[in-house]
Formats: sequence, structure tokens, C-alpha cells
Amino acid sequence: MTNQKKTGLIPKSKLLSYAVNAALLLITYVLFFVLIANGTINRYTSGIMTTMFINIILTVSLNLVSGFLGQLVLGHAGFMSVGAYTAALFTLYSGLPITIAFPIGIVLAGVVAAVFGVIIGVPALRLRGDYLAIITLGFGEIIRVIILACDFTGGAKGLRGIPTILPQGSDATSLSLAKYSYVFWLAVLTVVIIWAFVRSRHGRAVIAIREDEIAAEASGVHTTYYKLFAFVMAAFFAGVAGSLYAHHIGVLDPSKFNFDYSVEILLMAVLGGLGSITGSIIAAVALTILPEFLRGFEDYRMLIYAVILIIVMLFKPSGLMGQHEFSLSGILARLSSKKSGALKKGKGE
Amino acid sequence: MALVEKEKLLQQDKTDRPVLEAENLGIVFGGLHAVEDVHFSLRREQIMGLIGPNGAGKTTVFNLLTGVYTPTTGQIKLEGQSILGKKTYQITKLGIARTFQNIRLFKDMSVLDNVRVAMNQKMEYSALAGILGLPSYWREEAAIEEKAMELLSVFHLENNAGDRAKNLPYGQQRKLEIARALAADPKVLLLDEPAAGMNPTETAELMETIKLIRDRFHVAVLLIEHDMSFVMGICEHLVVLDYGRIIASGSPEEVRTNPKVIAAYLGGE
Amino acid sequence: MVEFLTQIINGLSQGSIFALVALGYSMVYGITQLINFAHGDIIMVGAYATYVMLILAGTPLWAAILAAVLFCAIVGVVIEQVAYQRLLNKNAPRISLLITAIGVSMLLQNLFQIIFKSDAKSVSNVLPSFPIPVGPLEISSVTLITIATSVVIMVLLQLLVKKTRIGKAMRATSEDAGAAKLMGISSRNTIAFTFAVGSGLAAVGAVLYVGAYPSITPYMGSLLGLKAFVAAVLGGIGSIPGAMIGGLLIGLAESLTKAAGWSQITDAVVFGILILVLLLKPTGLLGRNVKEKV
Repeated sequence: MTNQKKTGLIPKSKLLSYAVNAALLLITYVLFFVLIANGTINRYTSGIMTTMFINIILTVSLNLVSGFLGQLVLGHAGFMSVGAYTAALFTLYSGLPITIAFPIGIVLAGVVAAVFGVIIGVPALRLRGDYLAIITLGFGEIIRVIILACDFTGGAKGLRGIPTILPQGSDATSLSLAKYSYVFWLAVLTVVIIWAFVRSRHGRAVIAIREDEIAAEASGVHTTYYKLFAFVMAAFFAGVAGSLYAHHIGVLDPSKFNFDYSVEILLMAVLGGLGSITGSIIAAVALTILPEFLRGFEDYRMLIYAVILIIVMLFKPSGLMGQHEFSLSGILARLSSKKSGALKKGKGE
Repeated sequence: MALVEKEKLLQQDKTDRPVLEAENLGIVFGGLHAVEDVHFSLRREQIMGLIGPNGAGKTTVFNLLTGVYTPTTGQIKLEGQSILGKKTYQITKLGIARTFQNIRLFKDMSVLDNVRVAMNQKMEYSALAGILGLPSYWREEAAIEEKAMELLSVFHLENNAGDRAKNLPYGQQRKLEIARALAADPKVLLLDEPAAGMNPTETAELMETIKLIRDRFHVAVLLIEHDMSFVMGICEHLVVLDYGRIIASGSPEEVRTNPKVIAAYLGGE
Repeated sequence: MVEFLTQIINGLSQGSIFALVALGYSMVYGITQLINFAHGDIIMVGAYATYVMLILAGTPLWAAILAAVLFCAIVGVVIEQVAYQRLLNKNAPRISLLITAIGVSMLLQNLFQIIFKSDAKSVSNVLPSFPIPVGPLEISSVTLITIATSVVIMVLLQLLVKKTRIGKAMRATSEDAGAAKLMGISSRNTIAFTFAVGSGLAAVGAVLYVGAYPSITPYMGSLLGLKAFVAAVLGGIGSIPGAMIGGLLIGLAESLTKAAGWSQITDAVVFGILILVLLLKPTGLLGRNVKEKV
């Protein structure tokens, strides 16, 4: 440790687990890339996969605010819509070739959503209490009304003709592969950034606020700043998710980004476990795929979600993972400790 | 100011310039004077007790000192600088850390993290450095972990570093709260009923710990406590509050024999 | 001028409905510190109850109102008992309560959508409608009935809270639940009663609302509820007179925005008011500055 203190190098133990995780990611990426390329995964299924990765970005970023900071957000879809329209309008009108315009559009979407996050967050987060929930709920509703009322957003007819992310004339498979690559790596990036943030001193301050705001303040934590930081960061990623969604679907319909969608994202975060990033990922994957098998129950979906939400809160508020994380090294450590425990026992007898 | 005078002042500084002063401190809640005309001065490494019957306004004084409430009247100075109007977190940064009457730990965080949160304000790496895992991140985190473990070992908590704070037994939770306050590297430590709920052995141990941290971390301690043997045994100076006003102050011996204090305690409650 | 006065009166009428709903938010918040998101949907429940009685069952108006009030009061208490009580008892984190409240709100909306389908139901002529000349103005009877009913109900509510035993229990519990318990006040019963009264008021609001806007949908409650909540915050959440004043002000703001020709952004204006209140005076007009106990 003393050595490391001087150099600031990554400790060896961490390096190994980073390498393993990176390798696993790469293998997963290549595997699905090949499956899409050779047609094993058809366009419909790869479309669902795209939605799944977008949902992962949304759920993990929402978890940062609702799970780690402990503040309820009811307008995540609103920030998503801000990002979606920003990116779509940019690629539509910037005049840049799409291969350049799209990446810029993604960043721009995040930034504009983050600016909205500041506007919403400053009045709500200066105060203690549940104002963020109500103000984001209002925001989600109002932003939709504003989009509907404006001309440049296409109003109620929706925004049409959003360019595909590859130049015109590219074949469908390349397009699927490009979309897949974008959403996969952006989801990975989101998860890694939020994961690292939560484990930094800043993340600890954010978690401390969830645990006890008064004690955090008394421990020297600038609570308003950190609350705003986490919230704006989440808004940024929601905006990024919106930009991906806009270019995945190609048409923006303001009614898509309604309260139900915000609650759906919240449900994913709650089911996975508020405060567990891996839980969010698992829940986002499961809840994106599950409805595909329940096509006949479409009318009852939101009703079922509502019931699940209440039941989880009443009987298992920690969700699937609680505040724990799923990790390979954790599992290995548990297995080996069990083994050594069993060995010791064996010896004792 | 002449140079000579300045030097003189500096000389004085080292001996007994007060680290925390309160002058004419008062706050009114809806017409009620919860605290009125409270004044005291705390010297470096002094242990002072703030005592008085229930509802005398002791915790309110703590809340005034730490910026939770803004005083209606008066002045608070930390090392000669006014801290009036500063936010709680700023006051902590400047050097006043506290514990709470009803323990307020970060329950679901590890014991180690409880301490590390309070060290946050002294750390420097940016959010970006944290996210990217830049050298400054690893360097500072390693250093802070070592410092935090050292601090925990003062309170014999080093073996519980990985436990969740809420799983500690009561006495250890109280200790952890003191450790967390010290982690903010304060000049003044405010302890709100540190011995509450402790048995005589634990209380005796706590007395030793408080003296130890005073000597080791060079902090001045202001504490609220009901346990009279504890207060008499550890405090060098006492301030007695009743109905929000100071009714006596002085050495423990002077206060013990003060008729006003006796009356407040016997007749007050 | 005439036009302006008419808008003012319309605003007061709309505002008195907000006030009735805001009261429910405020009373429940005062006692449990819970933002009961499902409260807005109680209006919707009340509107459908009125629809069922009046149109489907063909009962007279007084019976429909009585049924709506009773039904909503029962629904309110059931929600409290089934969804919130357990969490309130074990002092669950605030976010758990809020998420549950959101769940209940969605449950009501979707349940009613499945039962009644999502298309709007028309409930016309609930209240007798004819123009009444007042000086140079011509005011609809519905508007006057709305204002008058709200005023009467608010006076009754003040009497209930100030003069009766249960009212005193409500105030005591909201002041300090622990101490109230020690004085022998059952906080359980008090909370249940508060939900019943709040929901009953929402039902009255629903009948008046349907009188003015005779078209009901399963989602009608959410925006109405949101605005009523803004009214409660504006007046000072936890304060009963505050909720009344807040409701009237929001109603006026809405109707004046519409009068100015900006009807498309009325919702945004109300929301802007919320942001302004939180920035400038978070305790609201009549709210007390309650600091969390340290």
C-alpha cells in the first residue's frame, strides 16, 4: 500500500478483475456482433436488444438518483425526450454527414438534458424533503405539453424523417450492427462511469446524503452540490438514452415519453434493487424481454406493473439485489470461503 | 498595526487565545427565547461541559454553533473569525465537528466509509479523476484509507471496518460517531451526550478516550452530558444553562456548590 | 372589464375545486409527511362514482353525491390501510412510501381504464345550469354553486378541525405524533380519519368538476392532482387555510393565463409557480418554518 501511495498506480488485485471484466465484455460484444452479422439474430430481435441497452442506460442512471442519492425522480422519460428531440433536430438540420452528426448529437442530447436537470434541480434540491419527486413529475408532464405546442418539434404529428445512423444506402444488417455497437458501448460506458463515480469520494458523499442528510452536512458534505451533481448526471444519461432512442426508432411521438414510461424505468430500478447497479441491469434486461412473451396481456401491463410496485415496496423493498452488487470475484470469494470453511470443518472432525 | 504588537499577539496566540467564542448568543422561536445571552470562550485543548436540566437549551446551543440554526442575536468566532451565517458544512470545514444526541450514523454504509465521508472535504481529486481512475484517485484513496484505519484503531474499531454501521453494538456506535467527527479534522469537537446509555465501565472508558483524543488530536472539547460524575471527572470548566440562560459557570467545584445550580437541578425538573 | 371580472370569477370557481383537493394533500401531509400521489386519482374515482350513480343507475343528484363521497372515503381508507399503514408503522424510508403512492395512483388509473375503457364518458347537466345576472355580469349557476359549496365545506372543515375531539386529535398528531400517542390519541384512527375526510373532500371536488367539465377519463386526476398539490405547496403544505388560499390563487392564475390567450401553456404556468415558490418561499404563504429536529 505504501508503494501505491507514492505511485498512484492501480493495485494489482483490482487490475486482474478489471482485465477479466473487460475480456468478458469484449467476448459478449463479439459474440452478439457475429450472431447479428450472420443473421442468427434477426432484425426484430436486434431491435429489442437495442431497446434493452437503452433501458439499461435509463435504469442505471435513474438508480444513481433514486437508489444512491435516495431521491425519487418521476420524470426520467421527460429528460429522455429532451435528449431525443435535441439529437434528432441536430442530425436533421445540422447539415453534417450523419456519421459525424450522430456522435455530436449524442453528446449534445446529454448536455441539453443536463441543463434542464440544473433548472429543475436547483429549486428542488436546495430543500430537504420530497420536492424532487413532484417537480420532476410536473416536468415530465409539462415538457410533453410544450413539445406538442411547438412547431419545430413536429407537434402532435411527431418528428419524422430522423436520419438513420449510417449514410443512406447502407444495408439493413450493417445498420443493425452499427446500432448494436453504439448502444452496447454506450451502455457499458454509462455503467462504468456510474460504477466508478459511486465508488469515489463523491459517490460516498452522495450515499451519505441518502443515509442521513443532516449528519452528512455536519460531516462537511456540501449536500446541495452533491445532490445536484448526481441528479444532473442522471439527467445527462437519460438525454443520451433519448438520442439513441430517436435514431433507433426514426420517429418521435411526444406521447411515448409519458408518465407511464417514467414509472416503467422506476419499476426496473426498484425491482433490481435501489442502490444496486447490477440489479438495475438485470431488471432492465428482464423487463424489456418479458413483455415480448406477454403480448396478449398488453392492456394489463401497466396494471400488473402497479401491483408489482406496491407489493415489492410492502414486502421486499430492497428488490432483487438490495444494495449488493453481482460480481464474479465476489462469487469466487464466497465459493472459496465456503470451501475453506468446509475444509476446516472436515479437519476439526 | 505595529510589528511589535503583532508579534505580541502571536505570542499570546500560542498560550491561551480562545479557539471558540460565543458572545451574547440568542435565538427566538416564535416569540420564545430558547437561548438568550449565552457567552463562553473555549481555550485550545480545553474540555468544557455544558450542563443543565432537560429543555435548558443545550442542544440548541450546539445547533447555533454548527449553523443548523441562525442565531437571532450574538456572535460566534472560531479562532477569532466570525462564522456567523455560514452553512453547516462550511463550519465543519472550518473546524467544528459534532456528534448527535440520538446517534446519526450512515447506517447502511461500512464503518470505514462512515469515517471516509467526513474526510471527503479534505480530499482533492476531481469527480473526473475518480471516474477515470487517475493516479490522484488511487493515491488519495490509499492514503485516506490508511488514515481512516488509524483513526478507527484509536477507538478499537479497526476490526469492524467492513461491518455496516447499523450492526455495531450501541456503545461502539457512539464511538464511531466520535471517530467520524474527528475525521473531519476539527479544532473543536462538540459531543452531545456522549455517555448516554452507557454503563459505568463504558463511561469510565469513554472518559479516558476523550482525554486521549484531546491530547492526541489537539482538539478542544465542548460536551453536553447529564452524568454528573462523568462531567465532574473530565471537564475543566462548566457552563450551566437553565431556561436558555447561563446561571453559573466556573470550575466543576465552584459549580457544584453554587446554590443557583442546586436549585435549578432540584427544583427545575 | 366585464370580461376580466368574468375570468376572475371563473378562476375562483376553478380554484375552489383545486382548494378542495389541495386540502386532502395538505391534511395527509401534515399528519404523515407523505405526498399521497394517489389523491388526485381519488377525484377520478369520485367522478366515475357520480357517473355510475347518475347516468347508469339513474339516481337523483343528492344520492349520487352522497354515494361518491362515501365511496371515495372508503377507497381512501382502504388505500391507507392496505398500502401505507405497514410502511408508516415501521418507519420505512420516505422513498418507499412515495413509490408505493405512485403504485397506488397507477393502479387506480389502470383499473378504471380496464373497467370503463379509456374513452371519455360524458356526464352532462350534473348541476342545474342557467345564467344568473349579477350587475353587468352574467354568471353561470354552476360557477356560483361551485364557489358557494366550497366555501360552506371549508367552513365546516375548520369547525371540524378546531372544535371537535377528532379534529383536536388531528392537530395534535400533526404537531407531534409521539406526544399525541402518549396522551392517548390513537394515531392509527386519526390517520385513517384524515384519509377519509381528505378523500371525501376530493369527491365533492369531483362532483363540482364534473359539473363544470362534463367529460371524464381514467387519467383526469393526475394533472388535476398535480395542480392541487402545487396549490397546497403555494399555500404552505400542512396548513388548511393555506390550501384554500393556494387553490384559489392557482385557479386565478390559470384562468387569467387562458384569458390572455395562452391557454396552451396554462400547465406550464402552474408548474412555473411551483418552481418560484420553492425558490423564493419554500414554506409557502402560510406554512410554518418547521426545521427537522436535530
